[in-house]
Amino acid sequence: MPKRFHRELEKIKKRILSLGALVEDRVHKVISAIETRDIGIVRWVVESDPEIDAIEVEIEEECLKIMALHQPVAVDLRFLIAVIKINNDLERIADEAVNIAERLTIVLRHPRQEFTFDYSMMAGKAENLLKMSLDSLVNLDLNLAREVISLDDEIDQLDHRAYDEIKEAMQKNPAYMGYWINLFSVSRHIERIADHAVNIAEEVIYLIEGEIVRHGFCKVP
Amino acid sequence: MNEAVKISTQHLSFYYGDFLALNDICLEIRENQVTALIGPSGCGKSTYLRCLNRMNDLIARTRTEGTILLDGKNILDPNQDVVSLRSRVGMVFQKPNPFPKSIFENVAYGLRVNGIRDRAYIADRVEGSLKQAALWNEVKDRISESALGLSGGQQQRLCIARALAVSPEVLLMDEPASALDPISTQKIEELIHELKTRYTIIIVTHNMQQAARVSDITAFFYVGKLIEVGETDTIFTRPGIKQTEDYITGRFG
Repeated sequence: MPKRFHRELEKIKKRILSLGALVEDRVHKVISAIETRDIGIVRWVVESDPEIDAIEVEIEEECLKIMALHQPVAVDLRFLIAVIKINNDLERIADEAVNIAERLTIVLRHPRQEFTFDYSMMAGKAENLLKMSLDSLVNLDLNLAREVISLDDEIDQLDHRAYDEIKEAMQKNPAYMGYWINLFSVSRHIERIADHAVNIAEEVIYLIEGEIVRHGFCKVP
Repeated sequence: MNEAVKISTQHLSFYYGDFLALNDICLEIRENQVTALIGPSGCGKSTYLRCLNRMNDLIARTRTEGTILLDGKNILDPNQDVVSLRSRVGMVFQKPNPFPKSIFENVAYGLRVNGIRDRAYIADRVEGSLKQAALWNEVKDRISESALGLSGGQQQRLCIARALAVSPEVLLMDEPASALDPISTQKIEELIHELKTRYTIIIVTHNMQQAARVSDITAFFYVGKLIEVGETDTIFTRPGIKQTEDYITGRFG
């Protein structure tokens, strides 16, 4: 029995990692569209989201089935709980990618405006956090997971800077109010992606150490 | 949680001939708690259980070292009266073993052995014990019939009633539900939960989920050694020692 059970856990691990890769790819593509203004990519991110939703449901059902049939304990139980939560975070990240895409659909209707805030840089950092959190899951790397948590502040600061700069741009160029509001929302969604990456890192810490580190209970160096 | 120690085992080693079956066990059993002993076959958990009421005395060429304090008094003392020890530390075995007597006589047996003759008192104790063992309602109308006519689950609860009749302080249970169907198992588990308010219970089980369900404390034994002991919640969510984790998650060997 244990062999079959552990094979099932391996299968789940592969499924969640491939979902991670799919979500990462969507985030990367939608972010690149801020620069390239490629409406084709933007539409694809919106239209293909049900694919992610279906995988999320499938992974959750698989986890529930394993729990009912094998009653896992200790590290196996923590693994399944972590997967269920990470699964949910990944699905939410894909939703944020859709939100960014929807904002960009509006932004791209307008000609590019003169603007100093570097979205690609902020988005690149958020994408990197997501990548790090998934790597920490693959390699069960505690230090990397902790690094994700500590790097999140940087994204929050960038979000504040985006707010200040957009406010200034609005005052200078109020004719494009819709453009600015939607562009600002993009930074909010990027910031949310980073938050979900932090959630994933927290789940990885729980999986490895058995300690719940959410809500400031973490001992980040 | 009750922190009072009922039984304290200090550097307990036990030999079957030259074979070291228990190796320097230091373990404290808390009062009015359920302690589960888990571990693979041959790890020493049943041997440990049988040390606690000196059942191992019945096996030839065995030797015990260390001390076992019951309420602070060493039960391995040669002057310890074993009969009175066993009435304080009762035992229930894996296979229900009712005597080929009536239901009533099975429960009354321990009282009679202890020299009690008062019929009204005996009848009262029998009823009380059967009630505590959650069996009274099922047998009250056929109390004089043979105990061998009961189902396996009922026989096991009868054995528990028999152990309770002599008012023990500690109840040792060696795989009490392994020969029973899920419904009877559930009844025994609920019973354990109710009994712990009055007794200190130590249960040996191969069923990991059962240990998780019924116990407050879990102790993991392996090749005669106590590897880890802790609160059951902790042992089954984040055990401290890798060997424990490997065993409870089925990664052993």
